[in-house]
Amino acid sequence: MTLILKPVETYRDDFTFSNSAHAIARFPFPFPEDQYRYSVNIEPATSRDPGSVFEHWFDIDEHYRSEMAERARVLEQDPRRYLVMPHMQTASWDALQMFMEHLSNDYPALFSLTRAGDQWHWRNHVLGIDQHFTFGDPGTLPCEPLEFITRQVQGDIALLDQRDNDLFMDAGMVTSPADWSLAFDAGMSFKQWHTPVPMAHELGVFDRALKYLLNIQVDKPVRRLNWTLTINPRMDTSPETFHEWGHDRSTVTAENAGALVHLRVELQFMARLPRSNGLMFSIRTYLISLNELVTNPVWATRLHRVLRDLPDPIADYKGMTRYRQPLLAWLSQFDPHA
Amino acid sequence: MNDVIQVRVHAALNITPVIREITFEPVDTALPAYSAGSHVQVHIPLAQRTLRNAYSLLNAPADRTAYRIAVRLQEHSRGGSRYLHENLKVGDVLNLSRPANLFPIHTLGRHHILIAGGIGITPFLAYSEHLLREGASFELHYAYRSGLTDAYVQPLAERLGDRLHAYDSLERPLNLAPILSNQPLGSHLYICGPQRLLASVREQASALGWPDGRIHWEAFSSAEPGLPFSVELAQSGRRIEVGADQSLLEALEANAVEIPNLCRGGVCGQCVTRYVKGDVTHRDHFLAANERADRLMPCVSRGCGSSLVLDL
Ligand code: HEM
Ligand code: FES
Repeated sequence: MTLILKPVETYRDDFTFSNSAHAIARFPFPFPEDQYRYSVNIEPATSRDPGSVFEHWFDIDEHYRSEMAERARVLEQDPRRYLVMPHMQTASWDALQMFMEHLSNDYPALFSLTRAGDQWHWRNHVLGIDQHFTFGDPGTLPCEPLEFITRQVQGDIALLDQRDNDLFMDAGMVTSPADWSLAFDAGMSFKQWHTPVPMAHELGVFDRALKYLLNIQVDKPVRRLNWTLTINPRMDTSPETFHEWGHDRSTVTAENAGALVHLRVELQFMARLPRSNGLMFSIRTYLISLNELVTNPVWATRLHRVLRDLPDPIADYKGMTRYRQPLLAWLSQFDPHA
Repeated sequence: MNDVIQVRVHAALNITPVIREITFEPVDTALPAYSAGSHVQVHIPLAQRTLRNAYSLLNAPADRTAYRIAVRLQEHSRGGSRYLHENLKVGDVLNLSRPANLFPIHTLGRHHILIAGGIGITPFLAYSEHLLREGASFELHYAYRSGLTDAYVQPLAERLGDRLHAYDSLERPLNLAPILSNQPLGSHLYICGPQRLLASVREQASALGWPDGRIHWEAFSSAEPGLPFSVELAQSGRRIEVGADQSLLEALEANAVEIPNLCRGGVCGQCVTRYVKGDVTHRDHFLAANERADRLMPCVSRGCGSSLVLDL
């Protein structure tokens, strides 16, 4: 199936965002069983299921134009969503190269890259970008290399510096976080930025995950899924804009839950950056309204059971305590054993 | 993505009687980029089996057209370094594992002090290129035996000027105290060379108040030959013989038991394997004492005495 990009839709104000039947069919539903607990759910990111979100390193889908327009709007209002510390220059170029090579290879109709030594020519046919530049020389790009490329890739990006047997959040482009802030986490270590997460520390999840991440090798990336719920198809749920979206949580009823509540799934991808020995962490976010989700009856039943039995500390952390009861009431109609 | 890279020997040159420099070129695609301090495992096709030895990459990390390594002939070799010295010819095709880095440069170091003994100079050749490119502050101390392990003294002197401090061990022994004293705040220390050098630098640095986090070393202790022993795999009931000049990991691989691995030198932790019974000589630098009760690193550690039973 060829990829058809939709015209720009919105993730705010009038919320015109929606998924086509095709996008619903390839939605990465994150629950392999009826119950959810934190675990070290990391797997090698090998390509599988052509057409699925797991086929390529960096998935481009029908929402490409909308997400890039949304990122530009967020940055206009708050440039601090983008950050590169001085020692992350090599890592930024590593990231630019990784994106350009994979995107042009996997989506030749959308992107192209030609190279003669250090002289690179990048074209983005969707956004109408045609850029000649010298690899490694920031003066030949209209902005810094990480900003240049992440304005053209769906998903948030953090670049981690690896030192002292730990990872540090020293660069990134984060315009659609699930309630965390790059400016706040900047410079923190793996366990420091994970401090707010309940239960997982005690289970040893982060000790084991960190050991594993430190050993990721070049060209052997790994991935995992994470999820939460968001009211309205709002991409930018950051602490900086909490005043704009926090109160939405009190508007959910057993009648409107299907339209208002969205399952938000993050496909997280971790790859070694070859020259800098840093790590790329990309967070590709997929939103689906529950009305769209319940078109798949297996998903509908399972989501009901997962949310019903979710431990309170996790439900609280994910911000659903306020509307959990009306939401469960709405979802229970899809569970034959409810 | 393929686990091995096919390369062709482009050049092989004895630069001292015991050190041979080998240049590999890609067979089809470009070579993967890497960071300074990275190593590759060279798959060495001996008559009876394939050995995998780890060697640091020497060239400037930005260069993706070739990989260079330097191999010291080991007297107690299991045959790997001897093969690379005596049998390998220009034009031969070999497999390498992808580069990995267990000895990276600290990105926030304000000043870098590199101390090499003999063939331990290899990672610092790539370090020097990287640090020069970044305009970083550094000094390289290189102790060698002239005519034997002084392979890179001349080119380094030309490239580094007074950043290089060379010590011909017979004429001018390496004196650590002045190097480790009065260094600026934010300095990092890197050591590569024989265990003796490593131990004495670590000891003196720590006596002078250097915090552990600022001392870095590459501590390969690749499987020393030992006595033959046998292991039993608890889950399949199979029995595997491990030869005197073979590591447990290699014996498992030869019997189609694949264990994740990276350094093959007891430092990365990838190959950790549980055992349920038996006496073990632990030779790794990864496991804590209490973890050794039921875990071992098969890339370096061996069974001894009573028969070893692995949880595989
Ligand atoms: C370097 C890679 C990673 C980065 C940059 C990262 C970043 C984050 C951030 C910023 C948060 C939000 C914390 C907050 O509330 O402020 C988070 C949450 C979390 N992370 Fe990570 N993470 C990484 C890798 C992992 C891995 C490998 C695991 C494996 C288990 C993991 C497990 C979790 C869990 C369970 C949560 C809570 C999420 C939820 O319940 O919604 N993270 N992570
Ligand atoms: S392979 Fe690294 S510790 Fe064994």
